[in-house]
Order: sequence, then C-alpha cells, then structure tokens
Amino acid sequence: MTKQKMFLRMITASLIRRRSRMLVALLAIAVGGTILSGLVTIYYDVPRQMGAQFRNYGANMIFVAADTDTALTMGAAEEAASIINSSELLGMTPYRYETVRIHEQPIVAAGTDIESTKATSPYWHIDGNYPGSGEVLVGSDVAEHLGLGAGDSFNATYSSGDDSDSEEPNLGVDMKVSGILETGGSEENYIYMSMDDLNALAGENGKLQVVELSISATQDELKEYAEKISQSSDAVSARLVKRVTQSEGTVLTKLQALVFIVTAVVLVLTMICVATTMTAVVAERRKEIGLRKALGASDGSIIGEFMGEGLLLGGFGGLVGSILGFVFAQIVSVNVFSSSITFQPLLIPITMIVSVLVTGLACLLPVRSTMAIDPALVLKGE
Amino acid sequence: MSLLELRNISKIYGSLKALDNVSLKVDNGEWLAIMGPSGSGKSTLMNIIGCMDKPTLGEVILDGKDIAKESDKGLTEIRRDKIGLIFQQFHLVNYLTAVENVMVAQYYHSIPDEKEALEALDRVGLADRAKHLPSQLSGGEQQRVCIARALINHPELILADEPTGNLDEANENIVLDIFRQLHSEGSTLIVVTHDPEVGEVAQRMITLEYGKIKSEVVNQDFGK
Repeated sequence: MTKQKMFLRMITASLIRRRSRMLVALLAIAVGGTILSGLVTIYYDVPRQMGAQFRNYGANMIFVAADTDTALTMGAAEEAASIINSSELLGMTPYRYETVRIHEQPIVAAGTDIESTKATSPYWHIDGNYPGSGEVLVGSDVAEHLGLGAGDSFNATYSSGDDSDSEEPNLGVDMKVSGILETGGSEENYIYMSMDDLNALAGENGKLQVVELSISATQDELKEYAEKISQSSDAVSARLVKRVTQSEGTVLTKLQALVFIVTAVVLVLTMICVATTMTAVVAERRKEIGLRKALGASDGSIIGEFMGEGLLLGGFGGLVGSILGFVFAQIVSVNVFSSSITFQPLLIPITMIVSVLVTGLACLLPVRSTMAIDPALVLKGE
Repeated sequence: MSLLELRNISKIYGSLKALDNVSLKVDNGEWLAIMGPSGSGKSTLMNIIGCMDKPTLGEVILDGKDIAKESDKGLTEIRRDKIGLIFQQFHLVNYLTAVENVMVAQYYHSIPDEKEALEALDRVGLADRAKHLPSQLSGGEQQRVCIARALINHPELILADEPTGNLDEANENIVLDIFRQLHSEGSTLIVVTHDPEVGEVAQRMITLEYGKIKSEVVNQDFGK
C-alpha cells in the first residue's frame, strides 16, 4: 500500500467512523455551499427572470423621427429594428396620433397595430374587448368625459385644418366602443383604433409619431442597441424608456449587492462554525496527536492529516451544497418568478472549490495548534 | 556492547530535581526493568530514553549518538526509526481497526504493508481480530495490538511503560510471554513498572527513588 493510500484510508476512516462529530462541520459547510450555490444561480438567472418580469411593464425603447424634417415610417422603423437580435425583440408597435372630434370635443386618436400592443403594453387593463375593424378602445378618462361605455357608438370626424373652405360637409365615421382602457397613465386620455381605421378617418400619410419596442435585454445592452440604431439610421432616433430600464437596472443592482452580502456573511459564518468544530476536534484528539508524534509523525505530517480531513469535508460539503443550492434556487425561482431555472454544471466545481478554500482557512488556526502538543504530557494524561 | 548509555543525566524543573545524576548502561538484547514508587522519576527517565524529552544535564548515548543534543525534529526521527513504544493506556487510534493501528506506525516509518501488519498481529495472537475497532477489543487484546504496533518497524529498543498496569492476571501473563519471546529473539527491552512481579521477570532490575538509582539487582534465575 502506498503512503497516499494509507493517508486517504486514515482521513476517510476518521470522517466516516467519527461522523457524529464531523456531521456538525459537514452541515455548516453544506449550508454555506447551498446558500452560495443557490444565490449564485439566482444571481445569474435573475437578470433573465427580471427582464421577463419587466417586459410586463411595457416598452423599454421607442423610435421617433431623427429630426423635425424627417418623417418616421414603418419601413424605416423595421429597418432600424433589424439591428436588434430577433430573439430579443418581443414586440414592436407603431403609433400615429391625430386629433379627431367626438361629440364636438377634440380627442387624440391613436392608430396602431392592435395585436402587437399585447406584446408592448401587456399591462393594459381593458373593460370589454380589444377593438376590431370599425371599433375603438376608449381611455377611461375620455370615456368618463364623453359618457361612453363599452358597446356605445359615436360619430368621429377629422379636420386637418386646411379643408375649412371645403364645400363638402365632413360626415365622419361611425365607430363602436369595444372596451374601456385603464392603465393609470396617459393612455387613459386617448382612444385607440386600428391603423387602417385611422387612415380611413384622417387620410393615409404613412407617417408615424412613435414606435414602441419591447426588448428582452439588460440596460447596458439596450443602451448599446440605441446607440447603434441612432448611428446607423438617418430617419430613426432610438431612445430608452428610462422609467422602465432604470427601474430594472436599480432592482438588479440592489438584488445583486444583496446576493453578495448574504453570500459573504454566510461564508464567514460557515468559517466560524468549521473553525469552532475543528478546535473542538483538535482538543478532543490531543491524545491521538500525541500518540502519532510519539510514533514519529512530524508536525507537518499531523497538520497535513488534519487539513486533509478538513479539505475532504469541505469538498464533500460543497458537493452536497451545490446540489441543494440548485433545489433552493429552483424553489425561489418558481415561487418568485413562476418559472424554472436551468442547472449550471460549472457551479458544482466552483462551489466545491470555494467550500474547500473556506474550510481550509477555517482549519488553519485549530490545526496549527497541534504543533504545540507535547506527546510526553498528553500520553501521561496531563 | 551498550545500545543505550546514560551519563550523569539530571532533569531539573525549577527547584525540583526529577532525575539527579543518573548513569545507566543497557546492552543490546538486554531486558531491563525500571521500578520505583510514584514520583521517583520513572516517567521522566522513560520520556528521556524514549526521545520525548531531553535531560537538563548529562549525555544520552543511543546507538553511539548523543540524543541529548538533538533537535525536536531529530528526536522525532530517532523515535520513529529506533524505538518501539508500549503504553499502559494502550493509546490506540479509536477510529482505526487493529491492523490499521499497526499500519499507522509503518506509515510514519516507511511504507505501510498490510500483510506485514497482519503477520505482526498474528504474532501476538490477534490475526482473527485484525478488522476490529479498539472498542470491540478487550484490554488485553488492545495491549497486544499496541505491542504489535511497537514491533512492526523492528526497533532497536522496545520501551514499555507499565505495560500490564491495566490488565488482569491472565492478560499480564500473555504480555510477559510475548516479552520473553521478543527477548529470546534478541530484542532489547526496557520495561518501566511499579509491579514487582513484572520487574522480577526481567534480566536486570533497577529501582529509582527521589530521582536517583537506589538499587540494581541482576536476576540470577533469568532464563532458567
């Protein structure tokens, strides 16, 4: 048998046959490993999860005309959007705003792609239905002002301002209210209809005021996209919706700081627990250490054996912790974000290495104290 | 030829002289018993002979080398290479089996060899108990494991501290029989004891009192 095999045989025997004592240290390391592995998993998965959550708060980028002399068209917007990775572009909604008259009151009407608003404005709460052809979605403030409810009909007219001399009367278009829109925001002051209906009412000019985009990307990635688009397109200026992107960035920064702090605190506590246990173990095994020295063991050899036990314990605790950490992260993810996370195999060796390092550090002082043990004294029971 | 020679050694703790100018020679193959009441200096003498302590004054020549001048590291090496220790309390590692306990001494000395360790246990009549933990062995069996461990590296000197102190009469006889066998094979034995029956079976017996050799008796009936 080689010395290495005997070394392994001794340290594994110590851990297995004295498991009740070492269980406390193992538990501490496994808990530390679990928190480390779990929080790191969450740390890396949260941006994706948070991004998906924040998409519920609406568009995070808008396109507007590059300058007042340039018109924003759907073609230009689509060309600019081609820079964005298609898998990240969740939705793109064009808006054309015109002032129309309803019951002789001037109201801002937005022509849009109703279907795509579901992706860019998922927070819209509609009392009724999304509008079809000949139908409008009325903002709750407008509905209250005009006394409109779902199912009501009204006549809308459009005046461009330059046809005041026209002899033909503007008969307008009859439209039906499909639903009342509540958002808690400025959308409640508008009415929404399909682009075709607005074009039919106000005449087609191909111009858009704004295009809203919902992109699954981090704040930095969004900034990069916005810069690229603004540089590459003459017609389009891309801007971030700071209300959304900054909130997302702030929450992520705070969450990641919290993960770091909690992980650091847990690792320090793990180190204290392991150091305490190893101090007790060394005190408990003073006679054994004295015996080994009496048999000819050097201080280095004794330190090596105790460190070997500690590091083996650290590695095993780290392995257990990395697996439990994934379970922990999965539970957190399912309960908080309602979606599962993917297992990162690299976390197993990382957690094991960190656990071994933490255990090694924790063992240093207690194990060093073995050098002071005098075999002649401890073997006599003094 | 002397294996061990103590030349005027003293061990002084403050104002207390645990050993006071002790001189002693032990020949190769000799069986010496060191006797004396508690506080007579037996343990101090054993620690010095066993390279676990150094005298305040004097020389300790083991195998031609003055170990009193050795560093702690040097003493550890001498202990490992030349001395086999047997303890009253057995001092087995409680989570290792009997054969593993024997192999621990091999591990620090050279290369662990399970077959050789099993043969050493067989020699003390414990071949069938090799895979048992100390807690599964009787006191006598534990002492025999301790003896097997002391013998495994073929030391030049076997040093036993009250080897029968915790044993009943039957086990005491077994241990003494093993010592007789070791002596007949040429081993040098130094047995520290306060038990006259154990001391009297040795080839020579010295008695310590107040740190000095009070008497020395050669056993005329030895070997008969």
